[in-house]
Amino acid sequence: MKGADSFEPGNGWSDGANSIPPAELAARARTARVGLRVFLLVVSSLFFLFLVAFLIRSQVADWQPLTEPLAPLASPWQLWLNTLWLVLGSIALQWARMAARRGLLGATQIGFALGGVFALAFVLGQLWVWQQFVAWGYGVSSNPASSFFFLLTGLHGLHLLGGLVAWSRTAIKFRRQVPLVQLGASVELCTIYWHYLLGLWLLLFALLTSTPETYAAIAALCGLR
Amino acid sequence: MAYAEQAEAELLHEPNSFLTKYIWSQDHKVIAIQYSLTAIFVGLIALVLSGLMRMQLGFPGSLAFMDASTYYQAMTMHGMIMVIYLLTALFLGGFGNYLIPLMVGARDMVFPYVNMLSYWFYLLSVIVLLASFFVPGGPTGAGWTLYPPQSITPGSPGTEWGIVLMLVSLAIFIVAATMGGLNYVTTVLQARTHGMTLMRMPLSVWGIFMASILALLAFPALFVSAVMMLFDKLLGTSFFMPAIISLGQQLDHQGGSPILFQHLFWFFGHPEVYIVALPAFGLVSDLISTHARKNIFGYRMMVWAIVAIGVLSFVVWAHHMYVSGMNPYFGFFFATTTLIIAVPTALKVYNWVLTLWRGDIHLTVPMLFALAFIVTFLVGGLTGLFLGNVIVDIPLSDTYFVVAHFHMVMGVAPILVVFGAIYHWYPKITGRMMNDRLGKLHFWITFLGTYAIYFPMHYLGFLGMPRRYYAYENYDFIPQSAQDLNAFITVAALTVGVSQLLFLFNLFWSAVNGKPAGGNPWGGVSLEWQTPNTPPHHGNWGAKLPVVHRWAYDYSVPGIEQDFVPQTVSDEELEQLRQRASASKVGGPS
Repeated sequence: MKGADSFEPGNGWSDGANSIPPAELAARARTARVGLRVFLLVVSSLFFLFLVAFLIRSQVADWQPLTEPLAPLASPWQLWLNTLWLVLGSIALQWARMAARRGLLGATQIGFALGGVFALAFVLGQLWVWQQFVAWGYGVSSNPASSFFFLLTGLHGLHLLGGLVAWSRTAIKFRRQVPLVQLGASVELCTIYWHYLLGLWLLLFALLTSTPETYAAIAALCGLR
Repeated sequence: MAYAEQAEAELLHEPNSFLTKYIWSQDHKVIAIQYSLTAIFVGLIALVLSGLMRMQLGFPGSLAFMDASTYYQAMTMHGMIMVIYLLTALFLGGFGNYLIPLMVGARDMVFPYVNMLSYWFYLLSVIVLLASFFVPGGPTGAGWTLYPPQSITPGSPGTEWGIVLMLVSLAIFIVAATMGGLNYVTTVLQARTHGMTLMRMPLSVWGIFMASILALLAFPALFVSAVMMLFDKLLGTSFFMPAIISLGQQLDHQGGSPILFQHLFWFFGHPEVYIVALPAFGLVSDLISTHARKNIFGYRMMVWAIVAIGVLSFVVWAHHMYVSGMNPYFGFFFATTTLIIAVPTALKVYNWVLTLWRGDIHLTVPMLFALAFIVTFLVGGLTGLFLGNVIVDIPLSDTYFVVAHFHMVMGVAPILVVFGAIYHWYPKITGRMMNDRLGKLHFWITFLGTYAIYFPMHYLGFLGMPRRYYAYENYDFIPQSAQDLNAFITVAALTVGVSQLLFLFNLFWSAVNGKPAGGNPWGGVSLEWQTPNTPPHHGNWGAKLPVVHRWAYDYSVPGIEQDFVPQTVSDEELEQLRQRASASKVGGPS
């Protein structure tokens, strides 16, 4: 996320915000979007490989499913709640993005702020789930399913925290009253990233709460069994 | 496509304090030099480590401090440093940083700040790696592949701190490589100057571009395996660790899959070979074309071969695991894909040779290295065809035949390109030529010396001499002659090692005392030779970005006097050059 957000000129370049012509601003925004998309490709590769590792490991006999009646994900209502936060965050940012395109500063600010707050709520919610896991005796090393749960949700959370760093940098720009054209570009990047992390979370959520039979079926389909 | 998404004439403020100019610099050229010098520095450490290993192998017991643990630690660090911290960093961070913006006509990378961070993360990863020499237990001795369970269970050297530092260092390196790779890819996609279509880019840029994509997609596999192994080591999980009895005690792990680690590692490890090889292919194409004064043969084929090799490199990884055991159909599949990759690779070799065919070959130092590369890559590549077949690989696996193969193909061959490319672009970087005589001496010792090292290793492999052994006494199947050969190899290796001092001396001495080079000493056509200043100033191009009118290989164009047409020359200007040439032919003495 950092990669995409810090496309402003370096130490040798002029950085007077007002002196940059609009055509060039648009070009820079395009470049930043391409950079972000390439970065998302890298993140996809990372999680794809984790998921393959997950599927292979799930086929070993010592796997204890987290979805059994007395296991922590038997009724994952907390995860549903967290999912709601993330969905709301994405909606809020999308709203800010559309407001920015129409030149509405107030609505952009509100949507953008809400997007960050909801993301933070999600991260805190995930930490709460972790605490529950530990309280129930499902620590990181208790069994491979639980290890993967911590690993995957942790990495997803770290990516969201990275997004929040970019988000707060943009928030500072709001406070410095940078022109909306430039803010719009940053809001756009945050929105793309939030949507991506929502999609990724839905995938992880679906996988982590699936039954061993589903894993077995997917593994068989991929030739991993 | 997007041309010149960067500013045409942005206001430039040269950084003027020493700190912003040379240390915390965001200029791609300074970052390139920082990357290169750091990589060469760690490379020298790895070179010394290989010398120590060779002393033990050639003259067992000659070094008092060399026991089995130290040997394995030297071996592990040598391999990891050479593959990742030297070659990957030098090709992408060094040459990629320096050449991409100059060759595509950009003022800098598109994200200069991230580019600077990339270097500092790289430096941090190097420091963490080198720190492992000084921790209790020393660096890890698990072999550069770090296979669990032995890499984290007691018994292997460096399982207390060394392996942790190694994994952390790798993770930091991957963050650095990702930040760099984002820049290289996005710059090529977005910051090419007017008229620089993708199919007009020099092959150097194509090679580095494709290698960056491979790095972006393959390094995550190493990251995944490093993170999961750190969990196993520090948090007691069982991702890779099976139920195991170590030193008579049942460990707390169960059910983990060491083979899973191997798959992940090689899903990174094989593309890594091409992360190193593709930039070398690209750079050497430009060296050959420039110094043979001839356009590259089959440019389009060369580009598509680079792309095809890049794609194929993701479906061959398990050929490193034939001896780990797998479904025979998998073996068949991976052997087939491995052999298919030889097709685009051979195509490149043919095209290099056909570029040389009837060219005006100048045996300059860069050209000597380029020619040596073709030969060396051919030798290393051919033994790859042997090893790609399951039935040949299984008896040869874990012998010196494999050591010879991969050192030829991804050790010596790329390093020859590194040397050639440094001799070639040094005048642009410093404004001075490197000393020719020293360069030739360095070339001949390195070229002949590496053959003296690695050729005999093929025979040792056929004799069945196993690799990774610390000592070879008391094995009946290894004859005394093998020991003599080992002593010979050690002498050759030490000679080659010491002769690199010639290169280092030349590198630093010529920066001050070299012959002034001028802007375009080799008569190159690509954009980096057309900069208004040499070395190029901050922002590279002065007030106006260059405009590109032709591909990067117009050498020896018929009908004009000079034997090269820079990419910036338009068709009208070329016509004028033609008329001038024909006028002087008619008017001048015949």
